[in-house]
Amino acid sequence: MQQYIDFFNSQRQKIDESCAPLLNSFREKAFDTFQGLGFPAYQSEDYQHTNLSALLKPDFGFYLNHPNAEINPHKVFPCNVPNLNSYKHFVVNGCYYREPMAQELPQGIFSGSLNEFAKQHPAVFSEYYNWQVDEKGDGLAAFNTMFVQDGYVLYVPKNVVCEKAFQLTNISGGKVDSLTNRRILVILESGAQAKLLVCDHTTDTQPLLAATQVVEIYAEENASFDFYELEESSPNTIRLTTNFVQQADSSQVIIHNITLSNGITRNNYQVDLEGEHAETHLYGMVIADAQQKVDNFTLINHHVPNSLSNELFKYVLDDEAIGTFGGRIIVVEDAQKTQACQNNHNLLGSSGCRMFSKPQLEIYADDVKCSHGMTTGQLDETALFYMCSRGISIQEAVLLLKFAFTNDVLQSIRLEGLRDRLKLLIEKRFRGELVKCQGCI
Amino acid sequence: MSEDTNDILNEFTNRDYEYGFSSDIHTEFIPKGLNETIVRTISAKKNEPEWLLDFRLKAFRYWLTLGMPQWAQLNIPPIDYQDMIYYAAPKKKEGPKSLDEVDPELLKTFDRLGIPLHEQKMFSGMAVDAVLDSVSVKTTYKDTLIEKGIIFCSFSEAVQEHPDLVKQYLGSVVSYRDNFFAALNSAVFSDGSFVFIPKGVRCPMELSTYFRINAMNTGQFERTLIVAEEDTYVSYLEGCTAPVRDENQLHAAIVEIIVLDRAEVKYSTVQNWYPGDKDGKGGIYNFVTKRGICKGDSSKISWTQVETGSAITWKYPGCILAGDNSVGEFYSVAVTNHFQQADTGTKMIHIGKNTKSRIVSKGISAGQSQNSYRGLVRVGTQAENARNHSQCDSLLLSDTSGAHTFPYMDIQNETAIVEHEATTSKISEDQLFYCNQRGISTEEAVGLIVNGYAKEVLNKLPMEFAVEAQKLLQISLEGSVG
Repeated sequence: MQQYIDFFNSQRQKIDESCAPLLNSFREKAFDTFQGLGFPAYQSEDYQHTNLSALLKPDFGFYLNHPNAEINPHKVFPCNVPNLNSYKHFVVNGCYYREPMAQELPQGIFSGSLNEFAKQHPAVFSEYYNWQVDEKGDGLAAFNTMFVQDGYVLYVPKNVVCEKAFQLTNISGGKVDSLTNRRILVILESGAQAKLLVCDHTTDTQPLLAATQVVEIYAEENASFDFYELEESSPNTIRLTTNFVQQADSSQVIIHNITLSNGITRNNYQVDLEGEHAETHLYGMVIADAQQKVDNFTLINHHVPNSLSNELFKYVLDDEAIGTFGGRIIVVEDAQKTQACQNNHNLLGSSGCRMFSKPQLEIYADDVKCSHGMTTGQLDETALFYMCSRGISIQEAVLLLKFAFTNDVLQSIRLEGLRDRLKLLIEKRFRGELVKCQGCI
Repeated sequence: MSEDTNDILNEFTNRDYEYGFSSDIHTEFIPKGLNETIVRTISAKKNEPEWLLDFRLKAFRYWLTLGMPQWAQLNIPPIDYQDMIYYAAPKKKEGPKSLDEVDPELLKTFDRLGIPLHEQKMFSGMAVDAVLDSVSVKTTYKDTLIEKGIIFCSFSEAVQEHPDLVKQYLGSVVSYRDNFFAALNSAVFSDGSFVFIPKGVRCPMELSTYFRINAMNTGQFERTLIVAEEDTYVSYLEGCTAPVRDENQLHAAIVEIIVLDRAEVKYSTVQNWYPGDKDGKGGIYNFVTKRGICKGDSSKISWTQVETGSAITWKYPGCILAGDNSVGEFYSVAVTNHFQQADTGTKMIHIGKNTKSRIVSKGISAGQSQNSYRGLVRVGTQAENARNHSQCDSLLLSDTSGAHTFPYMDIQNETAIVEHEATTSKISEDQLFYCNQRGISTEEAVGLIVNGYAKEVLNKLPMEFAVEAQKLLQISLEGSVG
């Protein structure tokens, strides 16, 4: 931790240099918070299986000068998913990649660089940026605010409905061990609707690539937001994300987090349902083998009556992969008529893999319907036998069952092109044919 | 929920504690406070061998290095461990040879609790060890049991008469280094029960220990050790009450169970320590470490608990399933009312092959109480074909109470099948309406539903306890239900 404090003190000017003054104005407070809190302690209740201090101990390099010139995303990542019509954006090593040609967006929507947004919409930026981190964040989120130099913003004004999805591709790469700090800010004003797909890729497999990412989502009254996150990085990556969601009356947020290949991943989700009839659907899918490690932690706070949350996380583990799911639902005293459902199902494929699951409910209101369920096991032998007795080879039978196991997460994806592509990717992943997303070189 | 139903629920949840009387028994105390001298005094009073004093001192020194556990969903006010008496015993002459020599007040106390110490008055088929404050006052049916080779006596007696057995097993399941309260208990434990079932014997009667706190300003630290050798069976029952006092009293016990090949131990608890008054004043702090080890193949431990008392409960009876094909069970009904807090559950540690565990936990929260289930299921890397099913339901009877579930599942073997499910809700108005329209009053309907909800666990209790447990459930919740 001390290394980052020293680094921040010595490089402060360089960090600020290329950023909007408004963005820089948040660093000092974050620095104080980080000094006070540090990284969340290993083996504390919520970090029992991820040791952040140890993960971030190596002497990582920081990209303080905008490194865009080194990687042209269009060359390294010619993403071409059929039927996925989207506005494409890139963040390369933590910095927003400025396209030579601006894309035409529906009236009033801002989709682009965080620095740019701070300059164009200072009032909105000040109102929303870092508010949730300040209110609910831990040392890791403060760390991100200290160092973040750019990021992506999606701002959809009142009653604007955008059918076409936004796609943001995070690309990390380099020749030395590096740490990037990424930021996403999503603001949907009342009645707005949008969909965002975030893909994580790495161009190099060799150096250790670490990234922290903070996502702040604000869904005002009647807003609807679909957020898809797909991680397809390399075994030498560390991905630490913190996602905050704040929902007003009758808003709906659907989140999918899909980890297909990675190194070590920790995803935090904190959803605060502040408005009545707000709805959150949180889905996760993890396919991990080798020494992959995925730790998903979710916290859903029901602050008001009549809100709904639905969680479903599925893990398929093999080899020596380690999966962790920590889920907590808190229903406060006045949040009557809350409906909360939390499910975690896991398939273990080999004797070396491990699964740690901790679905938790904290209920302080009586007129609620809350439940959680967890299962961990292997494929059913009788089902395999049934298929084998009908002439299906054991390999195919295993594949079919695994695929069926993950399918309900995929079915809830509302981007048809993405859903079809994921089905294909997952099938290939199970067959051991997928090294990287087909769009990558 | 309608006004009417609310009134009934309120009435339902407001009944007084029945066992709150205190008895005027001549009691011997040692000075307040906790230090090495106190530990030595307790040991000397019990005329203990050197090794046991060493054990206590090691535990005490270790305890000094620990802090109170903070992780539970409990709000525990600071406890002054120096402002407490660690040993209180009813005064006696030489130790009663027969009941005639026992203080009549003491006999009356246990009579009022429904635990008569005259063997002829007792339920046939149940032997009782009665523990008042720090010492065991009477163990019934000892002779009948000895004929079969079964040892059932107070812990102090076991230390004197069967030191080898005690030395072999003491601390083998719950080490003094296990946790803060285990260390405290290991340092200052005063009495408790010792049960030894020799090879091939099926215990002909239920064994029971009744714990009663009577003296003021005291803590109770008893220790129970049960050893079931190969091919044995024993059903052990435990009950506890305390007088109504404004002060909080501490109860920190340890229960250790060792089960060898093909043996089975059924351990049932009806915990009814004084829960404090309607405003949360007084009550027992119940911080207990209970654990059994299925050492042998095909062995079984079954925990059944009905928790209605105590101001604060911190208790996780567990099973270490070390033997192949061993089975662990945990059935629990935890009722909290007024300002009670409970953080209770179980630990199932699967180590052997083909081990099975089943957890059924039913929480009922009323008043301003907080009721948490916290349970761990761990399947070790060698635990092939482990099987677990956990079910944790919570019923909320007031909008100011809380029901929480914190299950931990650590699975390190791919052949394991582990399932967990939990639900939280209040009594459905549809169900009440259904009962009403069939002529069942709301009052009776609530009673029916609460009883039905807890039935799965109550059915696991031995007959004598099931009666008491149902009565308790009525006292705790069913004030106006017939």
